[in-house]
Amino acid sequence: MVSDDEENETPRKKGPKKRSKPQDSDKDNEEDRRSVKSKTSRRKSKNEESDEDREDQQKKKKQGKGNKVVQKKGRVKGKEVIKDKVGEKDKKKKNGKLSSSTSSSESDEESLSEGEMEALKDQVEEKKKLITTLRNQPWRMKRRLVLLKESQEFVEKFEGALGKGKGRRLYAFKVLMSKKCIKFKRDFENFKTACIPWERKIKEVESHFGSSVASYFIFLRWMYGLNLVLFGFMFGLVMLPEILMGLPYGSIPRKTVPREEQPTAMDYAVLFDFGGYCKYSFLFYGYYNNERTIGVLQFRLPLSYLLVGVGIFGYSLMVVIRTMARNANEGGDGAEEGEFTFSWKMFTSWDYLIGNPETADNKYASITTSFKESIVDEQENQKDENIHLRRFLRVLANFLITACLGGSGYLIYFVVKRSQEFAKTNNENLSWFEQNEVEFVMSLLGLVCPPLFETIAELEDYHPRIALKWQLGRIFALFLGNLYTFLFALFDEVNAKLESEKLIKNATEWTFNEYYTNYSSFFNTTDVPPPAVHPADVIRGPCWETAVGREFVKLIVSDIQVTYLTILIGDFTRAVIVRFLNYCWCWDLEAGFPSYGEFDISGNVLGLIFNQGMIWMGAFYAPGLVGLNVLRLLSSMYYQCWAVMCCNVPHERVFKASRSNNFYMGLLLLVLFLSLLPVVYTIMTLSPSFDCGPFSGQEKMYVIVMQTIKQDLPAFIGKVFAYATNPGLILPAVLLMVLAIYYLNAVSKAYQQANMDLKKKMQMARDEEKNRRNNKDSTNQVMKDLEDLLPNKSLIPPPSEEDEQPPPDVVIEKGSKTTKTKPGAAEQGVNLQNDVSLTAPNPRAPVTHAPGPRRGPPRNARGPQPGRGRGRGQGGPPRQ
Amino acid sequence: MGNKQTTFTEEQLEAYQDCTFFTRKEVLRLHGRFRELAPHLVPLDYANNPNVKVPPALITAMPELKDNPFRDRLVETFSEDGRGHLSFSDFVDLFSALCETSPTELKTVYAFKIYDFNRDNFICKEDLKKTLNKLTRGELTPEEVTLVCNKAIEEADLDGDDKLSFSDFENMISKAPDFLSNFHVRI
Repeated sequence: MVSDDEENETPRKKGPKKRSKPQDSDKDNEEDRRSVKSKTSRRKSKNEESDEDREDQQKKKKQGKGNKVVQKKGRVKGKEVIKDKVGEKDKKKKNGKLSSSTSSSESDEESLSEGEMEALKDQVEEKKKLITTLRNQPWRMKRRLVLLKESQEFVEKFEGALGKGKGRRLYAFKVLMSKKCIKFKRDFENFKTACIPWERKIKEVESHFGSSVASYFIFLRWMYGLNLVLFGFMFGLVMLPEILMGLPYGSIPRKTVPREEQPTAMDYAVLFDFGGYCKYSFLFYGYYNNERTIGVLQFRLPLSYLLVGVGIFGYSLMVVIRTMARNANEGGDGAEEGEFTFSWKMFTSWDYLIGNPETADNKYASITTSFKESIVDEQENQKDENIHLRRFLRVLANFLITACLGGSGYLIYFVVKRSQEFAKTNNENLSWFEQNEVEFVMSLLGLVCPPLFETIAELEDYHPRIALKWQLGRIFALFLGNLYTFLFALFDEVNAKLESEKLIKNATEWTFNEYYTNYSSFFNTTDVPPPAVHPADVIRGPCWETAVGREFVKLIVSDIQVTYLTILIGDFTRAVIVRFLNYCWCWDLEAGFPSYGEFDISGNVLGLIFNQGMIWMGAFYAPGLVGLNVLRLLSSMYYQCWAVMCCNVPHERVFKASRSNNFYMGLLLLVLFLSLLPVVYTIMTLSPSFDCGPFSGQEKMYVIVMQTIKQDLPAFIGKVFAYATNPGLILPAVLLMVLAIYYLNAVSKAYQQANMDLKKKMQMARDEEKNRRNNKDSTNQVMKDLEDLLPNKSLIPPPSEEDEQPPPDVVIEKGSKTTKTKPGAAEQGVNLQNDVSLTAPNPRAPVTHAPGPRRGPPRNARGPQPGRGRGRGQGGPPRQ
Repeated sequence: MGNKQTTFTEEQLEAYQDCTFFTRKEVLRLHGRFRELAPHLVPLDYANNPNVKVPPALITAMPELKDNPFRDRLVETFSEDGRGHLSFSDFVDLFSALCETSPTELKTVYAFKIYDFNRDNFICKEDLKKTLNKLTRGELTPEEVTLVCNKAIEEADLDGDDKLSFSDFENMISKAPDFLSNFHVRI
């Protein structure tokens, strides 16, 4: 209650604050004195206490009265607050004393009475609460520090006293533990913040470019964290066991470079293409052995491989959704568009992070423009132009873009097909370009198409924000289309490989059979040793998984190259040229045509998202891909930070892309889902290669789970699992989920409806109020007439009664509303009266107000005049 | 370690951590920054709470603040004398209120104070005009300024007293999407 009261009277005047300190020291002295006293003679102190208590009580009463009296005279507000505060302190002291006296005087007796105990406990709890919420209070630091010290002392002093009797030890222990816990938590927090990387770097970017550019880097950092965890899973549970405990390189065919490839296996070009030794290393699916358990730990690698592959998706999904949910909570979008256009622009458009004059200039300009735009919008809501022409142009633009998208899709399909044909023919007589055609074309499309779209979008003439959304959607469609075309083409290839694999498999089996029959008939024994063929010479299948993984790795690498080169050429070289050729050029390069590059936030974020999608897709076939991505993100962080700081200029057009904006997270989720599909499809339907990878020899990849359940777990779990996977159980479960979704959806709709209704009601109330205010003059006239008709009524109320009336309002106001800012007591009273009289349309209100002008002047120095202000000053608010 | 010993006592650091959203390292860094502003005024040793105040001119010259159109208001709001002289506690207070983790309610209170130029606990048209002129560097015509101010009041003023009280302001800000991300300063 102490905190509440004090919160109420956040002293806005300087008076009370300055006074507060001496008081506190007084109090401290008093406390000291008290403790001495209590030590010397208990009884005496008790007596004294009770005396003082009484005194306090009286004082308080007096002050309570004083309160009322003084509050009416708004002038003396400051002093009033002080007095109030004194009362406060007294009260506190009293409480303190009460408890101290009890604790000290009855320390020998059994225990405190229940009631006291409870009260004390409450108080201590309250203080503790105060300590934890102190930082959220809008008080001055000095006051906070003092309060903190007081409450801590209080808690310290009386916490021990609480646990008298049986529970004492336990209580003391609890207190001790909670203290330790808090300390630990704080240390942990400190540690955690110390662990967040690139804080300074991002801050630097932030101060130069504002929060929107920084949000990209924050997103990048978030992505890095996610990938680090994924890499941890992949590395710790799949790669490391295989490297440490699995068979070494060269022991079995799948871990050996085939004979015909050996001469070129170490060539730089081949390695760079992830062929040769790279292809047969732990980076790819094919390397892993299908032994059920490996090493002394009996580590089940195939199972672990499958679970990690799926777990990566599960974990990412969880993290993304959790982030989205958290963001959804903190996003303050409770209002419709356009409800607060101007006030938002006014109060929330300045980015306090900006610490760079150039950015500040841009920000000023953009704010001015946005204001002007809104003014224009406000002035003429409808621009009359040739609407037909614009419609035509928009249709045309969409047609063009669709054509672009289709064209790019076809191009990729064509190229992938061609590359498959190339792969069938000989590898030697292909140029570098022909070998890397797919990646090259994809990167090029990603580079060329977005600017093309932007150019086309000029035709449409949308509002910049809408245009940006369209642009993002189109780029997204482009990337997605490209990725999926690539995937489909890849699936064709996989199917072809599966065919050829079947042939090879049959051939191998046939050879084996031949060998066995020959061997047994020749030596006449059934104990046949395995054929002594060097692992490099064994005929092997194409291992489509590794091929797919390689495609993804190549794609990522070329993407990295293109991105980095673009930055180097498009930003750095351009900046250098602009900067240094500007001395000897015929026009101003910096302000004119090339100028410096801008940091393309949306493009970069989308690039990042798609990169992540490819990682998710490819990680199953190339476990090393995640590690590669971690490296990429790491280097990207430094490289892009450097690039943006040294060769970009701040934006003119601002797009908010903070993490609290769930737009990008939604895109990420979509991409995650879309990349989940092909992987799960392959796991469930395609049969794995017979001679490479952890699932070789199985009919399907997921069979490994079944096997484990059947063989390694107790029988009943297998049974449970069998029941659980029974369609008879799954179907009802799905049905139940659908119903639940339906129900929740209906509930949320109902809430939305209720929300809308409330909003409407508020709006109506507001409008009504406005109308009433606008009609105030007339009603007031009527009221005035009424007043004239009742002369004795308005004269009768003596000033005292009149004065008695407002205080209750004030008290209620203080008690119930607990607004943090306390406009001076007097003003508040007036305000409230206004409200009351405004909302209650009974004719009495103005009558009680009639003598208003009389008491107006002494009441408050500034602000509107209480009585008359209502009539006149508010008669003419802006009428739209 | 030695540095910590000479700058603050453990107790002080704990207290600052209790009262702000900063970790101990940040408090120490803040002290470093504060001292940087006026090395001749601010002592290194803060163990016995020296009452040192740094004039506003030095504080608004900080790179974090120097381009902010509201820097003077910011400093004035957090100063005890209302003229912008900040003690170390006020300084910490300022950056604590504006840091990333501080809650919307707290930020709203301080934002209100900042935009309330004449400190009458209402944002009236004069305040709005000043805000607007600071935001646009006076590039709008007077008519436009008046229009915008009227519009803003009309939008946000719920109780119809032709100026924005704190509750109006709070209501408006709580719905603003950008407030939290924009109203913070990192140090």
